[in-house]
Amino acid sequence: MDSSSPSRSRRIAPVVAMAAAVALTLAGCSSSSGGKKSEESADGASAGKASTPQMTVALVTHQSPGDTFWDIVRKGAQAAADKDNVKLVYSADPSAGGQANLIQNAIDQKVDGIAVTLAKPDALKAVIAKATAAKIPVVGLNSGVSEWKKLGLLEFFGQDETVAGEALGNKLNSLGSKKVVCVIQEQGNIGLTQRCDGVKKTFSGSVENLYVNGTDMPSVKSTITAKLSQDKGVDHVVTLGAPIALTAAQSVADAGSKAKIATFDLNKDLTGAISKGTVELAVDQQPYLQGYLAIDSLWLYKNNGNYMGGGEQPVLTGPAFVDKSNVDAVAAYAAKGTR
Amino acid sequence: MSMTRHAEPAVGTPPAPGPRESDGRTAQRPLALRLLARPEVGVFLGAVAVYVFFLISAPPVREGSAMANILYQSSTIGIMALPVALLMIGGEFDLSAGVAVITSALTASMLSYQLTMNVWVGVVVALLVSLGVGFFNGWMVVRTGLPSFLITLGTFLILQGVNLAVTKLVTDNVATDDISDMDGFDQAKKVFASSFEVGGVQVKITIVYWLVFAALATWVLLRTRYGNWIFAVGGNKESARAVGVPVTFTKISLFMLVGLGAWFVGMHQLFTFNTVQSGEGVGQELIYISAAVIGGCLLTGGAGSAIGPVFGAFMFGMVQQGIVYAGWNPDWFKAFLGVMLLGAVLINLWVSRTATRR
Repeated sequence: MDSSSPSRSRRIAPVVAMAAAVALTLAGCSSSSGGKKSEESADGASAGKASTPQMTVALVTHQSPGDTFWDIVRKGAQAAADKDNVKLVYSADPSAGGQANLIQNAIDQKVDGIAVTLAKPDALKAVIAKATAAKIPVVGLNSGVSEWKKLGLLEFFGQDETVAGEALGNKLNSLGSKKVVCVIQEQGNIGLTQRCDGVKKTFSGSVENLYVNGTDMPSVKSTITAKLSQDKGVDHVVTLGAPIALTAAQSVADAGSKAKIATFDLNKDLTGAISKGTVELAVDQQPYLQGYLAIDSLWLYKNNGNYMGGGEQPVLTGPAFVDKSNVDAVAAYAAKGTR
Repeated sequence: MSMTRHAEPAVGTPPAPGPRESDGRTAQRPLALRLLARPEVGVFLGAVAVYVFFLISAPPVREGSAMANILYQSSTIGIMALPVALLMIGGEFDLSAGVAVITSALTASMLSYQLTMNVWVGVVVALLVSLGVGFFNGWMVVRTGLPSFLITLGTFLILQGVNLAVTKLVTDNVATDDISDMDGFDQAKKVFASSFEVGGVQVKITIVYWLVFAALATWVLLRTRYGNWIFAVGGNKESARAVGVPVTFTKISLFMLVGLGAWFVGMHQLFTFNTVQSGEGVGQELIYISAAVIGGCLLTGGAGSAIGPVFGAFMFGMVQQGIVYAGWNPDWFKAFLGVMLLGAVLINLWVSRTATRR
């Protein structure tokens, strides 16, 4: 992506220049509320810088482009890299084959450590074995909590999606919910299905899955509206991503439904919605922590021989519930895009 | 269009002599057949079939609020399907139409937020950017003579990357900031994303725009010189040029019209959802193109209508929401959608064949 950016910036340069010119002529049109000016400038977490020799670590994920969640993972990884004097090489490919190639690429670069997500563990088995054979330490994060040991990884940081779903199922029981719709925005994504399955396992009422097209928000909105007006008995909508939760809130209003919204994952608009009460609660798996710990652990391993989780147990970063009672403590960090 | 033209000589030729057919009606084919030969009638019947099907199998569809919801979904597809259809009649198509919507929304949102401007400034700049993208597509296609598939595939990828990279660069996140508390937002929301009540049912304003734009496009296509130019450049570019049709102007303006549509839908999304995610929009271009094709626009250009894509988009909205209203197993969602659409296209094909067969 980086190699092609100069040509792109040349192309958008005139557009940016024109936009700036228009903006300057219309300087009288500035907004008196909101906008960049009202945003507080705050720096990310910083803990000084290590004096150890620089090492290179590759972080290879199955991110699809433009996904808020992965952006937060990457920020956590970058923060740890800055602190630890680590050169972070980030790459991502949603397809298993593409991800395997990127790992091979990292091995060829002779990096000092690899952090990898295991969305499709079987496809990555062979290439991870190659990394281990080349004596490159490999840690896992985010997905693959039941697979990382079998693949010979050192440590794992993440949330067990089923466990998180189960926790939410229990939570919904305690809130007196009877009927839940679980909204899946990407068909065939195992992690998302596991969350809904987890809810199903512990929830005492009924759970129904609803598939929506995550790349088209108007269609997400009207599909959830349709579901809520088809089934008036639904009292909770469970969404699996923050932007979907915010759209679901509009659907609830449109359908004149009384359903409440519980979601997985956070972003800064969602913390606002929780304090306003349009979204009831969020299950936070702390993606920043996942990225941060993955990089930090490789640094600790190289410089002090440490294993987090003792090399036996995964290090769980979730599920942490965020609701009205604790949202204020989280909101400031979410505003920076790190929670 | 081309089909009717083929059918004409068959009508003109006197049929085999027979005493019963000499009652004066042989000069013209029956009205029903003539109607069926129009490109939009097949899709109209398909839409009616799908509608009746869900009316029977999904009781909630019978309520007004459900219909408003279905029409809303259809309108967000339909507003883009209109210029996409005109472009296809003009013999080109645009793969960048889906991400172009998001580009427009991102531009408006980030510009007004980062410079703390009235949101209308962002809206206007986004319009210029959208028209610019359309111009770029059209100009490249006309200048290079390459298939629009290749050119707009390039633009599609460029925009997808720029959407992501610039958003990340500017906001340090992959989604834009919430602009709902800024000056001009409420005004713009009224224009692009309001709703009004009809008999106790909340109706989204995009439905009105959609139908108005469709009427406008129909008028332009059938009653104006520009409409003739569109058919001419799509039918045969060289002979169109030979008879004095400004081919370059027509093609570039059609691409810019797609840009205009992308801007409009982009503004609707921005003012409905307050923020935009940079990864959205991918895959939508195929839905717009499908709606146009189902609506009777040929992939080869030169034929089609503006009202056909309206029914095409309605069919998409109807099937997509109808499955939910019917409460069917969602695992089969995409498969249902595919089967229904294929069925509709086949009905469409069968109707036009029956109608044009003598």
